[in-house]
Amino acid sequence: MKIVGKDSPKIDGMAIATGRPVYTEDLAPKDALVIKILRSPHAFARIKSIDTSRAVALEGVECVFTYQDVPGIRFTLAGQSYPEPSPYDRLILDEIVRYVGDEVAIVAAVDERTALNALKRIKVQYEVLEPVLDLETAIDHPSIVHPEDNLHLNFDIGMEKERNIISYQKVEAGEEIEEALRQCDVVVEETVYTQAQSQAMMETFRAFSYLDHANRLVITSSTQVPFHVRRQIARAFNIPASRVRVIKPRIGGGFGAKQTGCCEVFSALVTLKTGKPSIIIYDRTETFNSSTSRHAMKMKVRLGADKEGMIRAYDLEVLSDGGAYGEHSSTTLGCVGEKTMSMYNKTKAVRFTGTAVYTNKQPGGAFRGYGATQGTMALETAVNKLAAELQMDPTEIRLKNLIEEGETSLVYNGKVIKSTTLKDCIRKGKELIGWDEKYPRQVLSNGKIRAVGMAVTQQGSGIAGIDTASAEIRLNDEGSYNLLLGSTDMGTGSDTILSQMAAEIMETTVDQIAVYAGDTDTSPYDPGSYASSTTYVTGMAVVQAAEELKEKILIQGARYMDRNPDEVEFNGQSVVTLDGKTSITLEKIAELNVLGSGRHQLVGNTTYGSPVSPPPYMVGFAEVEVDPQTGKVEPIDFVAVIDCGTVINPKLARIQAEGGLVQGIGMALYEEVRYDGKGRMHTNDFMQYKIPTRKDVGNIRVHFIESYEPTGPFGAKSIGEVVANTPAPAIAHAVFNATGFRVTELPITPEKVFLGQG
Amino acid sequence: MDIEVTLNGKKTTLQGKKDEFLADTLRAHGQLSIRKGCNTTCCGLCTVWIDGKPTLSCAYLTFRAEGKNITTIEGVKEEAEAFAKVLVAEGAEQCGFCSPGFIMTVLAMKNELQNPTEDEIIHYLTGNLCRCTGYMGQLRAIKKYLGVA
Amino acid sequence: MLTIRDIVQPETLTEAYQILTKQRTNTVLGGCAFLRLGSKRIGIGIDLAKLNLDQITEEDDTIKLGAMTTLRQIETHPLLNESFGGVLPKAVSNIIGVQFRNGVTIGGSVYSKYGFSDPITALLALNAKVDLVKAGRLPLGEFLARPREKDVLTHVIIPKEEQIASYQSLRISASDYPILTAAVAKNGEDWRIVVGARPQVAELAGKASEQLAQAYAHAKLDSFMVAGEKNEVNEVVEGILEQMSQELSFGSNARGSATYRQGIAKVLVRRGIQEVLAWISK
Repeated sequence: MKIVGKDSPKIDGMAIATGRPVYTEDLAPKDALVIKILRSPHAFARIKSIDTSRAVALEGVECVFTYQDVPGIRFTLAGQSYPEPSPYDRLILDEIVRYVGDEVAIVAAVDERTALNALKRIKVQYEVLEPVLDLETAIDHPSIVHPEDNLHLNFDIGMEKERNIISYQKVEAGEEIEEALRQCDVVVEETVYTQAQSQAMMETFRAFSYLDHANRLVITSSTQVPFHVRRQIARAFNIPASRVRVIKPRIGGGFGAKQTGCCEVFSALVTLKTGKPSIIIYDRTETFNSSTSRHAMKMKVRLGADKEGMIRAYDLEVLSDGGAYGEHSSTTLGCVGEKTMSMYNKTKAVRFTGTAVYTNKQPGGAFRGYGATQGTMALETAVNKLAAELQMDPTEIRLKNLIEEGETSLVYNGKVIKSTTLKDCIRKGKELIGWDEKYPRQVLSNGKIRAVGMAVTQQGSGIAGIDTASAEIRLNDEGSYNLLLGSTDMGTGSDTILSQMAAEIMETTVDQIAVYAGDTDTSPYDPGSYASSTTYVTGMAVVQAAEELKEKILIQGARYMDRNPDEVEFNGQSVVTLDGKTSITLEKIAELNVLGSGRHQLVGNTTYGSPVSPPPYMVGFAEVEVDPQTGKVEPIDFVAVIDCGTVINPKLARIQAEGGLVQGIGMALYEEVRYDGKGRMHTNDFMQYKIPTRKDVGNIRVHFIESYEPTGPFGAKSIGEVVANTPAPAIAHAVFNATGFRVTELPITPEKVFLGQG
Repeated sequence: MDIEVTLNGKKTTLQGKKDEFLADTLRAHGQLSIRKGCNTTCCGLCTVWIDGKPTLSCAYLTFRAEGKNITTIEGVKEEAEAFAKVLVAEGAEQCGFCSPGFIMTVLAMKNELQNPTEDEIIHYLTGNLCRCTGYMGQLRAIKKYLGVA
Repeated sequence: MLTIRDIVQPETLTEAYQILTKQRTNTVLGGCAFLRLGSKRIGIGIDLAKLNLDQITEEDDTIKLGAMTTLRQIETHPLLNESFGGVLPKAVSNIIGVQFRNGVTIGGSVYSKYGFSDPITALLALNAKVDLVKAGRLPLGEFLARPREKDVLTHVIIPKEEQIASYQSLRISASDYPILTAAVAKNGEDWRIVVGARPQVAELAGKASEQLAQAYAHAKLDSFMVAGEKNEVNEVVEGILEQMSQELSFGSNARGSATYRQGIAKVLVRRGIQEVLAWISK
């Protein structure tokens, strides 16, 4: 391969690195009304009265809207393929506010200062209700977070809203689980708590909108899911989707946060009501407070094995904090089970029981890893504990039990894994970290302790049977190509790697392909970039679209030379007869195709959905230094060895991996969304919510061991999410090896280690 | 109020309210490379140089810039592009939203420190947050750019 | 959002003080990094830019830091790197980042008496004084203990004796507010143990400091002289640490509980003592 597998720099790299104005705020009309939101100071309350008159009267204020001004149609902000599994449990503005930061009123004014002043002039009287703040007492709490009778479900997700249950799920396979556990020689049990974690992308939520020449609503938004946003807007405002266009420009990170609609509805509301352009930019506090975070979970895991260390039974019971609205609750919950039940496939029985509950806190949502992160923490903590009980090397127990190529698992319904190098990854990682020399610990002369730990994980590549991406590639009049996509590059470089794939097929160079993506008017349908789908699902659509176009060029070239298609070949520049005597250039074909009557501009256009979601795998090895006198854990080294199938662009894949690993290190050691006793978020800025700085991460080394996934483009699987999952369990394991204290509650703060080590 | 400054080498009059911060003034003045990532003075995105020193423009009151030299990434195009090329070759710009502030800090470091060690580089740049890259690629790019091991 | 109705740049300190006290909402502007975190509504913002307060100057027996000196100036100033074991640069070097420290002023940090302040911890150990327009020259400890009163802080003055000091802090992540700060300084016969971010503002552990001075005078710390030696237990030192942890109060916040703070205060102070002793033995 000439292009795939090579380090093509990102096509937008220089522009974004040097500050060219290509992000949402940079593109907004200068005269756009500025929107600010009055937010609930209470975790749970009913609005008794709301007086906006003094705000409306303020000079420069264009409009103020409350729940009385919006349609009463419930919808979900979750960016998911229709019909969404998330409950339709929101209104644009509601009479009931369900968490501190929930929207109460919308102000649009000529500038930010005026809008902020207007907020202070709105008088609201609340009937304050008793909030549900604890995940563990949410079920059957006297307060019902969603008492409304018009909440809508597209299908049964096991909701019992009167009991604050968003979703209940159970998956069982193999033998009866209790019996299987009884038959095991060793059973370990652990209850693991993972915290709410904020995605904390650098560009906060923002959108602007205006009405175009045809009176259509155009929304430019920093979103991962333009097509889903279009559907949300159409439903929430009860207008035809054909009246809505959503454009995604360059966006400053997403990590799943922007897989949930956020501020688009407010900008749409103002523009639809006033006919004027409007812009809304969440500040960092709003971004932390009033969006979504990784679902906090309590997970009880039981793992049983025989004396030889063969894992025979796995039981996982999960309680997930959905927060005030049910976006992504049922699906994230499902992934906790799905992504952990198949990896150790020598099991005789597996069971997953999950419940997601409503509470009066910020809603949970999508965040890189999407349940697999939480589940990996539970499962791998248990596997490490099991290894300790069995006095086995933690790497050995994995090598004994992990799934291999050609194998299936209890929950795969007969499907087999077609690509994995995970065992090789473990062997390589062991060598890179120096496991045999370092495991489990070494006490340094200054009293500090160096120790290593490990974890493995899998993710998916797109959502099997649901994600369906389209791609269109067009031969232009002068012989270059346009690649149209609906996927949403959020900095990952997906536009670039998809261009690489197209260039590889078309036997041309990346600069011959102009890629345009993320505009619902011009892009072919794509759910957007999430669920580790873009390389794998959209990538296949691109490959097939390019192959289709290539075939058309071949046929057309043959026709211009009066030959049969099987007598010619296309080499990227020309269609040439097999004898090499006659040829026609691509430019000539392109030119002739748009000249005169009876012509067809050549277009490859494919829609692709995969019946499978092949898991990428990886192992993470952590080396930490623990100061037993203070409990401080310093990450020293992290080795990640990854099987993402074929690596399409090594440099970009490496950065994806390093970035995901650091988010995982943040989750392991530093990050936590915390509330006070009244449900007010304490960690709603970067002074209180500490994402890792470059001093907090130690060294990170990423290595790839490629497999070849036959269902993926050029053998590729996904990379985006799998990289977030191993740091927390691997670091927790290293801390255990250093101190004998098994951390079961994230993050691993100095105080927990100090007190826990005894 | 009017504030007379030298912006990227040119005498310029900035307009700003008395309690306006420089990041907002500069954006309003068309310097759209200025990004704000936090409202708590701690992400590094809005870094510009004031009299050559990397400064958080989000916390710098505009009136204080009177008579000062302000440099944004638009004002150091050549150097910025030279480093950006190395950064992009490493894939380490990712979403790019933090890049202008980051690049301004890297270039300030280059002016301030001679042959910095890895620890010195990391220390100098601790105030530049990045959520995408995990920092390793940025460090590789800086070392290549500075020609240090 | 911070709002400021008007700005003045007074030519004299007297003028600055007059404006400050004319109205309740008038405020002296430091680097504004912390000020802007709140939603303070300031009447007149007083900028001290014209008063030449951004200098670090060496005088006969003191080092004087002008109130508008930035933390970055402190971090990089050769004199401060050479003095007191470089304790001041060390104390400020973990605060957010270079561009933050280029804005934040020492006057703003000290005047605000922030509990989390790293530099206050170090300055208190160094027995610094502050110059205020109205209150005059006060020992820093006394200033910190006084009720808040409007004044213009002009200088921080550090006695330039043969001081050696060590600065210690513990943070969950590198640029976070500290869980705890500690500084230990030896000035001739005198020792000072200071603990900050308890989470209340730094305080001198007076009795423990005296005990430490006594112990040193009576050569009871000899076995403790070499820092880095593995956790040698010295009962005299343990007694001093216990005294320190009893005489100071510790509280809880999101970064640590009182119990934990009390525990690690001993660790940090012990390390501080060790480091100072190591300096001496060099």
